[in-house]
Amino acid sequence: MGFLHRHRRLTPYLLLGPGLAWLALFFVAPLGFLGHQSLETQDPIELTYTFKWAWHNYSDAITTYHTQLLRSFEYAGIATLIALLISYPLSYWIAFRGGRWKNVLLLFIVGPFFVTYLIRTLAWETILADQGFVADRLRDLHLLGADGRLLATSTAVVAGITYNFLPFMALPLYVSLEQIDQRLIEAAQDLYASRVRAFLRVTLPLSLPGIFAGTLLTFIPAAGDFINAQLLGTPNQAMIGNVIQSKFLELTDYPAAAALSFILMAIILVLIGIYARALGTERLTG
Amino acid sequence: MTNTLTRQAFLRRALAGGAALSVPGFLPSLAEGAAEEALAKTLVFSNWPLYIDINEKTKRHPSLDLFTKRTGIKVRYIEDINDNSQFFGKIQGPLSHGKSIGRDIIVMTDNSPYPALLIKKGWVEKLDKSALPNLKNLVKGLQHPAWDPKREYSLPWQSGMTGIAYNAKLTKPITSLDQLLTDKKLKGKVTLLANFGDTAGVVALANGDDPGKIDDAAFNRIVNKIKKAKSAGQIRQFTGNDYAGMLAKGDIVAALAFSGDVVQLHADNKNLQFAVPTAGGMIWTDNMLIPKGGDAHTASVYMNFYYDPKVAAMVEDYVNYICPVIGADKVLLKSDPEVAKNTLIFPTSAMRAKLHQIDPDALFNPDYKTKWQQLLGA
Repeated sequence: MGFLHRHRRLTPYLLLGPGLAWLALFFVAPLGFLGHQSLETQDPIELTYTFKWAWHNYSDAITTYHTQLLRSFEYAGIATLIALLISYPLSYWIAFRGGRWKNVLLLFIVGPFFVTYLIRTLAWETILADQGFVADRLRDLHLLGADGRLLATSTAVVAGITYNFLPFMALPLYVSLEQIDQRLIEAAQDLYASRVRAFLRVTLPLSLPGIFAGTLLTFIPAAGDFINAQLLGTPNQAMIGNVIQSKFLELTDYPAAAALSFILMAIILVLIGIYARALGTERLTG
Repeated sequence: MTNTLTRQAFLRRALAGGAALSVPGFLPSLAEGAAEEALAKTLVFSNWPLYIDINEKTKRHPSLDLFTKRTGIKVRYIEDINDNSQFFGKIQGPLSHGKSIGRDIIVMTDNSPYPALLIKKGWVEKLDKSALPNLKNLVKGLQHPAWDPKREYSLPWQSGMTGIAYNAKLTKPITSLDQLLTDKKLKGKVTLLANFGDTAGVVALANGDDPGKIDDAAFNRIVNKIKKAKSAGQIRQFTGNDYAGMLAKGDIVAALAFSGDVVQLHADNKNLQFAVPTAGGMIWTDNMLIPKGGDAHTASVYMNFYYDPKVAAMVEDYVNYICPVIGADKVLLKSDPEVAKNTLIFPTSAMRAKLHQIDPDALFNPDYKTKWQQLLGA
């Protein structure tokens, strides 16, 4: 006790200690290792690695895999937007009209999470199968051509991502909508704002922190996802996560995989920076 | 490089030496003999999944139990090889430092660069041919592969054909690669194999090139043909063995496939057929190798056991790939004639004449490897 009394200023650091140690051990150290790996070169036949400050790994990765990189952000962007358009009315309705059913309704959103991610996606693979019930009925209704298919298309991949990450969008939205003081909306209407105007000027701005958190929680993992493209897509739908996955685990081309991981991280950080700026950070952190 | 002996082998040899030393007169003759003939207590055998006979009820491997019964050697059978380069990546670390990988037999495919590379690097033990009288049962065509011309280091476990599998209920027979890659009705319902040695060989044949001698021009023709089919949306995936599930479900209608898988698929669904493409198909062989530190004598005793046609027939009855052991078909003709007559397991000489092996130099070309990976989009 005496020591702590004498060195009061140390207390916050001691309290931070475990967290910092955790981050150092499980985040900074692996990241450093990954950085080191990204500058190695690989002998493609003998699968040996030498450290050579091989910065060209980065430029090579971008030239070779820019299509997959762009596609990842395109798919993640579309999926995030669709998830937002679906989740907002859903969360709004639960928050303002859910009444005593709120918790049950939230459970419905979280429900699929009781089943593991991989199984849920495999289930979609079965549901959308070429010879499956759904595809057959759509063919009967002539909504799908005789040779048409649902599985192994861009639509299937984007839909899969949207489905899998929807709760990450809906829950933060719900939390921020639920906290809105209803009297503020009433006040706006008392001051002759139309319902639409009240929504646009009061509800929407107040729910921005939820939109911000939800879009980030959806967009970031979606951009790095590989399961949906793997199971619901074809090589023409391959995302950057697929490239990194196969480079790391199948081709053991660690340097290229590590370089791609850093590129992905860097792009996401820049995009988030711009996004946060555009929405205004002060408002978001309250 | 001091640690190449396993501790077990070291103790055994030390004991044999010590015993001989105590009887000075026998030293020159006995020491050698005793060390050579000593068998390890356990044989550690790494293989690919579902690649040996199995009793579905007890989950035991009857042929391995028979080996233990005859020799007293226990077998630790591990199914941990799923991909040649992945497995090589795993073992190259310890082997390059002269460490044992704790295995006496591993199985690697000759349409990957790895069996040749393991020999070139000196990371495998020589077979003990004195323990291998049954070597005479090795089929003719497999006796002198370019990468191990005298079979000093390797022996085939099974061979397989790479050709076209198709669902006869959903398409007319697909017998040529061009049909597979251009038939509009198959759009998005075709898979190719991700392994260069399999797919590139079949495509080279369709191009009229010799897959045993792939030069830059032939390689570019292969890449262009696949690229064209890929951008036309014809190709759904590049797969490993996982095309089998998609074919069974009907998500894909035709695929480049391995003969043994199709034997299995056909047993469950008679519509699933295999064709050696008209321009020719590929044949590859999975080879048993003894990694450094493994017990060459014990491993050779096992290989000799496997090259007994009766034992090979036991394995073959379950495995459905192509048996490298002469006489196994005669044994099966009595016990399971259906298997013995299956041309995917015992191909006719007309079929064998259409099968080719991939150019080993192409497998070692780093430029081809890089371009191939880019073609797969990963």
